[in-house]
Amino acid sequence: MSIFVIGYYAFLLIGSCLAAYFNKRSVFLLLFSLTLVSFILGIVGGTSALKFVAISAGVLAMAAMVSYAFREFLIMMVSDNMAKELRTAPLTAAFGMFVIFTYAIAGIFAPWIAPFGEAEVISSAFAPADQNMLLGADQLGRDMFSRIIYGTRNSVGLSLSATTAAFILGAGAGMLAATKGGWFDQFMGRFADVIMSIPSLIFALLMLSIFGSSMIVIICAVAIIYAPRVYRLTRAVAGDVVVMDYIEAAKLRGEGTGYLIRKEILPNSTAPLVAEYGLEFCFVFLLVAGLSFLGLGIQPPTADWGSMVRENATLISFGELTPLIPAAAIALLTVAVNFVVDWMLFRSSGLKEK
Amino acid sequence: MGDILGLVGKRLGLGAIILLIISAIIFFMIELLPGDVAQAVLGQGATEENLAALRKEMGLDQPAIVRYLAWLKGAIVFDFGTSIVTGGSVASAIGERFANTLFLAAYAAMIAIPISILLGVLVALLRNSIFDRVANVVTLSFISSPEFFLGYILILYFSVKWGMFPAIASLNDGMSFGDLLYRTFLPALTMVLVVTAHMMRMTRAAIINLLASPYIEMARLKGVPPWRVIVKHALPNAWAPIITVIALNLAYLITGVVLVEVVFVYPGIGQLLVDAVAKRDVPVVNACCLIFAATFILLNLAADVGAILTNPRLRHPK
Repeated sequence: MSIFVIGYYAFLLIGSCLAAYFNKRSVFLLLFSLTLVSFILGIVGGTSALKFVAISAGVLAMAAMVSYAFREFLIMMVSDNMAKELRTAPLTAAFGMFVIFTYAIAGIFAPWIAPFGEAEVISSAFAPADQNMLLGADQLGRDMFSRIIYGTRNSVGLSLSATTAAFILGAGAGMLAATKGGWFDQFMGRFADVIMSIPSLIFALLMLSIFGSSMIVIICAVAIIYAPRVYRLTRAVAGDVVVMDYIEAAKLRGEGTGYLIRKEILPNSTAPLVAEYGLEFCFVFLLVAGLSFLGLGIQPPTADWGSMVRENATLISFGELTPLIPAAAIALLTVAVNFVVDWMLFRSSGLKEK
Repeated sequence: MGDILGLVGKRLGLGAIILLIISAIIFFMIELLPGDVAQAVLGQGATEENLAALRKEMGLDQPAIVRYLAWLKGAIVFDFGTSIVTGGSVASAIGERFANTLFLAAYAAMIAIPISILLGVLVALLRNSIFDRVANVVTLSFISSPEFFLGYILILYFSVKWGMFPAIASLNDGMSFGDLLYRTFLPALTMVLVVTAHMMRMTRAAIINLLASPYIEMARLKGVPPWRVIVKHALPNAWAPIITVIALNLAYLITGVVLVEVVFVYPGIGQLLVDAVAKRDVPVVNACCLIFAATFILLNLAADVGAILTNPRLRHPK
């Protein structure tokens, strides 16, 4: 029994006793079940398993503190109305916002943050980390850290533009269908059904095999694949709005379709559409990452997270974690966006009930 | 029973029509390409006579609609023509690999379905507790991770650091069934992680939806014990959503397998598709896409039909 193990169990037990004494039921349940699981883990995995648990708990606590601080920071920065909304945000949503904020900074200011260029060969292949290179070099001797920073810009930028394209296409068609109705509505609905019954990754692969893989093709392919999903939701949301009296009034005033969509329907369906944008972004981001991982996405030497994982995958068989950092970056951003979307969905549904 | 058969027949017909449209989309998209297959095979330096001869041999001098019908006729009896790159029959290249993919998907489903439904019901019963929230965050992280991330993490720990399972799922003919299960364990586990997360969330949502309905409250108010509420009142009505959840996730398993197969170098149809796309081997890509789409549609149909069979209310659409 090392000091670490004794301290570990002492901390857990004292923590659970305190929680029980102060009637914090959920904290007690969490701590005590963690203690019980640790007994088993400790017997099976030894001290290293316990250390792993301790480190992950520490990371979680750090993340919680950062998100708390960031939420307070945001509350101070924005106007009163926004601050009231933000106060209701759970820590997970604050964490999501913090991650998105960090990625945005990294993406926008990539050339200033990254110590080297994205295609600059500075050392030998797979050189280990030193004081120059934070994470070592990749398979061609380029700085891994710089490439990850530049990758933010390329991967996220591509997914953002693809999602936006899908959104313009899908939401535009959805609102048009809701206002026009009739055969256009019917036709678009069936068309969306057909596109949606082809698995997305397969459809993307099909299009890339035909048109080759360039940025434009990827954006178009993703837009075609995801527009029907956006269309479905927009059609449903706009369908509820279209039957309202004020739309009737606007129609009687003799307003055109363009005015109806821009001034009446769009402002009344923003909340679900914004949440949908976040969700679609996650799907698109994962799809684009998958395509790059398969070597069919953004072409080298442009830095991109999906292809970086593939190019450096050989390092994994030597027990190295570095090739997984870009993959973790993908996962982290997707989780973050999901957290924020969860909160927004909850908020918009809560507002509706009032 | 007659009306059920009619409904199922109608759905099957609809699926067949969608598949037909998809086959047309797949086929005619290639027509948009500048140049044609003959050009692709012979390269830029080919003479006009050579091109014409090959076009004649491959039937490319026929109008597109005739070729489409010929291709469709072949596809119905699993004859997808010959590969441009290898020159071999596409059907024979796909056959065995498709069986491998189905095996992997079935393996993952066998583990994932019981676990996720059990956990999903459990989390629904414990909703809003700390366990529910932890489960929510954990499943969300699994869903948000790209498959290759999970796959490589499993390789890093289970095969490189602890040496418990092989990192590459290579198959050979004389393997025993146990050996097969052992070698394909990591790819199966990767898919189990993703699918379990999806299914848990969907099961949880379905059950919570159900528990909010008035007759459950009625049962509770008249003093039925909690486990009996679940088994007698909730479960019979929960089958429809749960079957839908299972079928949708099976569809996901069949198509989401592409990335997992590439990570673990598993000889399945997904790997074949990716290779064919990289080499622009159009007949193989067409055949793979058609098979994937057909499986996807079939499983979605199964979800529909399952829902209709277990929920009599759906048999009488208003």
